[in-house]
Amino acid sequence: MSSGSNWFAIRKELTPSQSTFLTGLSFLLPVLLWCAVSYVPWIWHPMVEIQNKGDVSYFREGRLVKKDVFQRENNKMLEAGKTLALGKPANPIYLPPPHQVAKAMYTGFTTKPRRKGEPWLHESLLHSAKIIFWGFTLSSLIGVPLGILAGCYSFFKKLFEPFIEFFRYLPAPAFGALAVAILGIYDAPKVSIIFIGTFFQQVLVISNTTSKLEVSLIEAAQTLGANRIQMLTRVVIPGILPNLYKDLRILLGWAWTYLIVAEIVGTSTGITWFINQQAKYRIYENVYAAIFMIGFIGLATDLILGWIGDRLFPWENARKGTQEGVLSRMFSSITKYLRSLTSKTASS
Amino acid sequence: MNIDLPSYLDQSEAVKKRFDELKKREVLLDVQNLDKDYITRKGSVTALNKVNFKAFRREFISVIGPSGCGKSTLIRILAGLEDPTGGQVLLDGEPISGPCPQRGMVFQNYTLFPWRTVKKNVMFGLEMAGGSGTEIESEAKQWIDLVGLSKFENAYPNQLSGGMKQRVAIARALANKPRILLMDEPFGALDAQTRANMQSHLLQIWKNINITILFITHDLDEAIYLSDRILVLKAHPGEVQEVIEVPVSRPRSPEQFLNPEFIATKNRLEELIHPKSDKESEELNIVRMTNVNDNIE
Ligand SMILES: Nc1ncnc2c1ncn2[C@@H]1O[C@H](COP(=O)(O)OP(=O)(O)OP(=O)(O)O)[C@@H](O)[C@H]1O
Ligand SMILES: [Mg+2]
Repeated sequence: MSSGSNWFAIRKELTPSQSTFLTGLSFLLPVLLWCAVSYVPWIWHPMVEIQNKGDVSYFREGRLVKKDVFQRENNKMLEAGKTLALGKPANPIYLPPPHQVAKAMYTGFTTKPRRKGEPWLHESLLHSAKIIFWGFTLSSLIGVPLGILAGCYSFFKKLFEPFIEFFRYLPAPAFGALAVAILGIYDAPKVSIIFIGTFFQQVLVISNTTSKLEVSLIEAAQTLGANRIQMLTRVVIPGILPNLYKDLRILLGWAWTYLIVAEIVGTSTGITWFINQQAKYRIYENVYAAIFMIGFIGLATDLILGWIGDRLFPWENARKGTQEGVLSRMFSSITKYLRSLTSKTASS
Repeated sequence: MNIDLPSYLDQSEAVKKRFDELKKREVLLDVQNLDKDYITRKGSVTALNKVNFKAFRREFISVIGPSGCGKSTLIRILAGLEDPTGGQVLLDGEPISGPCPQRGMVFQNYTLFPWRTVKKNVMFGLEMAGGSGTEIESEAKQWIDLVGLSKFENAYPNQLSGGMKQRVAIARALANKPRILLMDEPFGALDAQTRANMQSHLLQIWKNINITILFITHDLDEAIYLSDRILVLKAHPGEVQEVIEVPVSRPRSPEQFLNPEFIATKNRLEELIHPKSDKESEELNIVRMTNVNDNIE
């Protein structure tokens, strides 16, 4: 009984409701902190938003000035016997309150680009996704086979891994200038940065996953008459597939982290262009909205891939780790809910 | 209770006749002067030293010996998973090289393919041999029937108990119609009850198909209950100490565990595997660590 309500037991599972509660809390806490800083006037608020400029010639209504500047100017006005400026405490422009960012999540998509020919927000996002897709796909097309070979055969392991171990320490952005010189200024150099950032890790991670396949499975296959090629296609590859899939999910996350550096190579495009552009216009809520969107897209793809993975590898289910349990549970309950909605609307 | 036991060498007429017939059959497996040295950082370890023995067609032969005496090494060489340092192994008169479905193997740690259902696991060897379609599927089903798992043919291995997994492993090896089935402590991880069931089951299977079985165990009862002959190895280096002809009549049943010839054989195996001197040195000198005076003896 007592173990049911135990929140701090070393290496023990929490109950599902405890896990769900904490998952919610892990998102709620930062948001609450943000709300507090934004909406409680005496926490931080180093600026003053001018409401009435009084006789201060250079103040403009709605503008932000530093608290001490505001004070100094009002002191001058007081000495000169002129009208004082009025204002209320405010945060710097680069920290918009949550509700503005939330609104920007929507208005970002409905706002027309400032100049003709510039992409809408959804076009920018799509462009970014395209860069990631091609970079990651190309890397996987080469990296997965090489990783499997290196994990299977000591020959390839010794041939590939020393160089890759060296190369993976070279930061991918360092190749930006080269990539532009070789591949031009459009999408190709950006894809190549994602490729470089993913590929070398990928070979090593997959080689490691492959070499962890139980030797006894390979030996069993040998005694059952599998030849070399069958060993690879019928034992090694299906044997590592669930873990390979998990690896690719994690690597895809890494690929996203290279996105911003990739997109400033050559002509800036995609979500990075959008972010920089909005920062230039000083519409910071759009900047935050765009950054969060990257996070949401990343998280959503990962959840979808996890959900698909559960269905692709049914034999894994019984011993699935509970690490991702909460999120995928939330996700599958959402899909269940959506399905019930669609079936309801279909029947009515 | 000091009843005069017969010698393990005394054989009843029926048993003697069985062995005469057995030895008239052709030699299926001929192990000649097998040596195996492992080269380690600390130097070379002799795991097997001049091991010689024969197994006849449809014989059930067990290998026992203390831990580390080279039982697994021996069976892995027979399976072709390890190369001997010296000597050779003949199967049906032909020297073996490398693994081959002719020599089926059942490992202690199940080794079923987790991504294949029971049926697909059993079909594996047939697929590797180029078979496909409903033909090999129905063939696999026969083997699954033989080990009594028809209800589970579409289950994945992680849905099965240890005993069931091992039965699938046996069916999977047998589906290749091997000449000899090599089993390395196949029931070592099972509980006593399951183990007993598996033993009688294995005898049933052995009786009904044309197969020679080489069975490794460290359970003396198991070795006697199952085998025609028992190969006793000693450790450091691994050498054949004695080949014992089990004087217990067939068909076997668990009641025979109390037969005099069964006990005599077991005593002999005990002697060989745990010599007297060893036992004495194992006497522990335990210090009294409690003050409570409950009379527990
Ligand atoms: N790969 C190896 N490298 C070095 N030494 C090895 C290797 N495999 C086995 N040995 C050694 O060879 C000897 C025999 O090992 P083996 O595993 O065949 O014993 P075993 O009789 O099967 O033991 P157990 O009853 O514990 O299974 C042991 O001394 C062991 O340390
Ligand atoms: Mg062993």
